[in-house]
Amino acid sequence: MTTLTATDLSKTYLLRSGLRFSRLQAVQEVSFELSPGRTLALVGQSGSGKSTIAKLLMQLERPTSGTLLLDGAPIGRRGRALADYRHEVQMVFQDPFASLNPYHSIGHHLLRPLLLHGRATARTAPGAAKELLERVNLPADDAFMERRPHELSGGQRQRVAIARALAPGPSVLVADEPVSMLDVSVRLGVLNLLARLQQEEDLAMLYITHDLATARHFSDEIMVMLRGRVIEHGPADEVILSPREEFTRRLLAAAPEPATNQRFLAEAQRRGVPMPDHLAHQEDLG
Amino acid sequence: MSKSAEQIVTDLESVRSGFGAAASPEPVLTVRDLDIVYEVAEPVHAVRRASLTLHRGEILGLAGESGSGKTTLAYGLNQLHRPPARIIGGSVTFHGQSDGDVDVLALEGESLRTFRWSRIAMVFQGAMNSLNPVISVKAQLEDVFTTHRPQMDAAERRHRSEELLRLVGVDPSRITAFAHELSGGMRQRVMIAMALALDPELMIMDEPTTALDVVVQREILQEILRLRQELGFAVVFITHDLPMLLEISDRIAVMRQGEIVELDTAENLYFAPKHPYTRRLLGSFPSLTGSTGDFVRAGYSPEETR
Repeated sequence: MTTLTATDLSKTYLLRSGLRFSRLQAVQEVSFELSPGRTLALVGQSGSGKSTIAKLLMQLERPTSGTLLLDGAPIGRRGRALADYRHEVQMVFQDPFASLNPYHSIGHHLLRPLLLHGRATARTAPGAAKELLERVNLPADDAFMERRPHELSGGQRQRVAIARALAPGPSVLVADEPVSMLDVSVRLGVLNLLARLQQEEDLAMLYITHDLATARHFSDEIMVMLRGRVIEHGPADEVILSPREEFTRRLLAAAPEPATNQRFLAEAQRRGVPMPDHLAHQEDLG
Repeated sequence: MSKSAEQIVTDLESVRSGFGAAASPEPVLTVRDLDIVYEVAEPVHAVRRASLTLHRGEILGLAGESGSGKTTLAYGLNQLHRPPARIIGGSVTFHGQSDGDVDVLALEGESLRTFRWSRIAMVFQGAMNSLNPVISVKAQLEDVFTTHRPQMDAAERRHRSEELLRLVGVDPSRITAFAHELSGGMRQRVMIAMALALDPELMIMDEPTTALDVVVQREILQEILRLRQELGFAVVFITHDLPMLLEISDRIAVMRQGEIVELDTAENLYFAPKHPYTRRLLGSFPSLTGSTGDFVRAGYSPEETR
């Protein structure tokens, strides 16, 4: 399996305002490793550089400096070598309402990558596409393949986007806020799906989010960004439960959490009951 | 951005409870058996017999998923719904502090126009994009006054607009800015300033913080709670983020398929949710600090197929 290593990645954008130019250091000297079967969560405020890192990994942007190594070898930048890189590294975008082409059927979205990446021939591709649908818990039949994105719910669309990302058979998956546009009740389902696929495929995953709670529950490590720099990086529970940096603490304090709210703590005392564990009701679902 | 992060209050409760007994028992809005239908080929009953009473100065959370009818209900409260949506039954009564009861559904034409915004103001969903991109903040704020307070002169309008920006924590010198020159949080503050312009007794906020990151969201929530304390307006706060609602609301209504399935104080809802759907919604949010339990990476769950 494949490991993606980023070393001292930096990205500086040149901004122009009239005749004046200024520099925006979107990402500064960021290093990390994505290894098989492990999820690294990247958290931070809007504008902290999270998505720029995703773009750098996907080669949608060139780093100003720093290196990306795939299994120790420099990554391909163009042509055939770039295609090879894309076999290995795929992305799930934030907005499934925008990332699927409204003109094309679901089948088309899956057949294209299968054929382009040589994962199937014209004859075997429909079968392979259905297999992908099955793996993301979508109906694997012709009727579904012929549907178009607007006929699906947000959760279903995001599953299609995940299936599409899996089509080239990648070993590294970059998920940029994969559930922030989805309804709360389907979010956990999609995250659970990603987690299961990751285990099945031994995928290396970068999970970009601003939701610290899911970052904690779905990743092994968490990296906190502030203005383009990584300020804290460690095991998920450690970063959340005993953050070292002041900024991480602020980020944690900002997340809504009734369980630490004075009003509910006082109420628990008044009622003489412990704080409720609502996740235990996960089984009541459906 | 990080400068503002320093102002974060660890516990929103300290801001919220500042309101003392919070809501007075006096109602500001009463909704009785409101029914709203989208009259399309197969009519969709978007709001079914919704009843609620909102007290003066109270924050009522309206929780539910997309399509549960929460926005439709909110729009119905001041007749903002548009065909094919139609109110087919029920009543909405606004209890004005100075001029007594107003039957909102009977308002039309000029009386409806003057009622909106001055009595019930709204902060719309996706407020990030609700500002007009081609005119300045100043023009948009002053427009409220030229429309609703024609007797005000230019200097007064300017003065009041700047005062509003100061109130919501935006530097009044930014009044000449255009929407794209402001950050998401600032745009949201401007939207709130605009909603506050005519001193409404009720504000309807439809997902006002959804597009913002947690730190900015926290600042905006603090601002809303602080302003409520200062100005005493009531709030209907619509969102699907139940943990956030629990922290800021006095009472919460949970909607599902057009029905209010549970309406109770935030405390009762949190400690003793009655409806299975409320429990399910509460269970959709992993806890930040609680045990990870067996929830972690459950792999396949029946929910996945949704």
